[in-house]
Amino acid sequence: MEKIAGQSILNSLETQFEAFEKGLNGQSQSAAHAVRKEAFTSLMNSGFPGPKSEEYKFTNFTKAVEKNFELNAANADFGLSNTQVSGTQIQGLDAHKIVFLNGVYSSDLSDNIQVEGLKVESLAEGFKSNSALSQENFGTKAKFAEDAFVALNTAFSQHGVTIEIADKAVIEKPIVLYFIGDSSKAELSYHIRNIVVAGKFSQATIIEKFDTVGEHKSFTTSVNEISVSESAHLRFFKIENDTEQAYHISNIHASQGANSNFKVFTFSLNGAMIRNNLNVKLQAEGIETYMNGLYLLDGKTHVDNHTVADHMMPNCYSNELYKGIMDGSSKGVFNGKIFVRPDAQKTNAFQSNKNILISDRATVNTKPQLEIWADDVSCSHGCTTGQLDMDALFYLRARGIPRDKALAILLKAFANDVLETVENEAIKEYLAAIIETRLEK
Amino acid sequence: MLSIKNLHARIEEKEILRGINLEIKPGEVHAIMGPNGSGKSTLASVLAGREDYEVTEGSVEFLGKDLLEMEADFRAREGLFLAFQYPIEIPGVSTTNFMKTAVNQIREHHGEKALDAVSFLKLMKEKMKLVEIDQALLSRSLNEGFSGGEKKRNEIFQMAMLEPKLAILDETDSGLDIDALKVVAHGVNTLKNKDNATIVVTHYQRLLDYIVPDFVHVLYNGRIVKSGTKELALELEARGYDWIKEEADATA
Repeated sequence: MEKIAGQSILNSLETQFEAFEKGLNGQSQSAAHAVRKEAFTSLMNSGFPGPKSEEYKFTNFTKAVEKNFELNAANADFGLSNTQVSGTQIQGLDAHKIVFLNGVYSSDLSDNIQVEGLKVESLAEGFKSNSALSQENFGTKAKFAEDAFVALNTAFSQHGVTIEIADKAVIEKPIVLYFIGDSSKAELSYHIRNIVVAGKFSQATIIEKFDTVGEHKSFTTSVNEISVSESAHLRFFKIENDTEQAYHISNIHASQGANSNFKVFTFSLNGAMIRNNLNVKLQAEGIETYMNGLYLLDGKTHVDNHTVADHMMPNCYSNELYKGIMDGSSKGVFNGKIFVRPDAQKTNAFQSNKNILISDRATVNTKPQLEIWADDVSCSHGCTTGQLDMDALFYLRARGIPRDKALAILLKAFANDVLETVENEAIKEYLAAIIETRLEK
Repeated sequence: MLSIKNLHARIEEKEILRGINLEIKPGEVHAIMGPNGSGKSTLASVLAGREDYEVTEGSVEFLGKDLLEMEADFRAREGLFLAFQYPIEIPGVSTTNFMKTAVNQIREHHGEKALDAVSFLKLMKEKMKLVEIDQALLSRSLNEGFSGGEKKRNEIFQMAMLEPKLAILDETDSGLDIDALKVVAHGVNTLKNKDNATIVVTHYQRLLDYIVPDFVHVLYNGRIVKSGTKELALELEARGYDWIKEEADATA
């Protein structure tokens, strides 16, 4: 038999999975568990992406996990103080707050949400009661057969939330999901699954933020399966500003109904290695999809954004803007796929990826990938990678602005294109402050 | 104010300035003329501190200090201003915010307090009138999509805001129609006083009808080969540069 990649991880996971099953306390006959077992078998049979895998070509996550994690023991108990916990949260943001500690829902720290049209439940509860929402959505958008790390997440799916927004419900405050991990005693690893269903004509904003406190390494994965129903407006933020020891794989798999509007914002500001998979299916007419991303990297941080805008029906619009600023020996990867299926006439699809390398040790690999089967479409893509404009820098300095400050002004202006697309002022200010501090360092 | 002695400079392996000598006193306007490629813009760039050029010999003293020792931004804070021949477009940075930062950096350098929003706005309004520039234009990204005339007026606006001791206008007249040229010249003349000085770098005499120089210098092959008064500019206008070249080549 041919050797499969990541065998040592698989060996550790086998033990983990047994322990995980035992801990399910009688849920092993549930519908969800059948899916988990299937995902686990699939993972065991196909292994993790090897060095030649097209999808993980520039981001060898398998190797990173093998090298940095044992994955042979349960997580240590959560021991962070309240101050440490609140330190990871977005100050000044008026939101419905849901908190997970080491990957487990904390009812103590989470808001008891009493808002008409909004139902937020712990996924573990949903699985236990075989809720319709969890059954209908678990594993339907994020296909474990297509990505080994999705299979890993699926096999160990137990914690997370289900968010159900009723038809016509307008949820004013953002729903913010904080995942806080304690790696002060040992390495930390957990997997989160969220299910979001935004009803017809509903409106909501969801934020997901993973943070680790502690010196040890963390490996977390998150999978969001999102349905944006007809005419719904949904905003989803992924804010990544974790430690240099944090390895994270994010998956957002969404499908959109007719005339819906979905905006996804991905801000990657710090971490060890981050992989973001964003996959949106535009499966009805009149849809608008926005994918905006900013990665501001330094040190050895490695961030890989893989996106897919899959146009399946006519008269839809998608617009993608990703910008990167890379310093130190950081590494950026961008792969943006746009599919325009034969039925998707009159598609308007745009994509842009722009990068600035500040240091000569930083690298970026960018690849737009357009596959168009329809003939009456308007699509464009462009990617640029360059150094900072030295003439612009000189111009600012020639007016008395010191070099460092001039550099920060130019980089901020570059990043602002993405930041300006954030409508929520508190989120924008929070991000702007981080970006400003980083650029003026 | 400015004392240039035997200044030599090169870009990569090419020597462009080959021994410039020039003395400028407060209150004076000096025009530097010369054929294309004579080193006029190089001189402006070297004085402003552009790092592409390497000074290989000579010295420049500005207000009693060694100019060549200063970084470009330090020179600007000390009171040197370059109006660019080709002002750079900078997306995402408005002229207003840019000027606020620059003005306050210079104030800080001289131990003055930063201007508050109201005082800054007042200053800006006053200077805008001088060059007939619109506030809407200044709120837009710096020079982005500006016409040639708008860019040059923006340069003079910035000069008015920063009130330099020594302003170097690098071919500010090129590409301007007569109305724009008059506006620019009016701005420069209004800003002129007994304590500051101006270097006008130009290929054509036309600008000097509006900004009247005290001295005219002709640059050729990286040296000042002839100096005179404003009449020299008129002579160059009438006779072209060939006779200067012949004279210089004969003595070289």
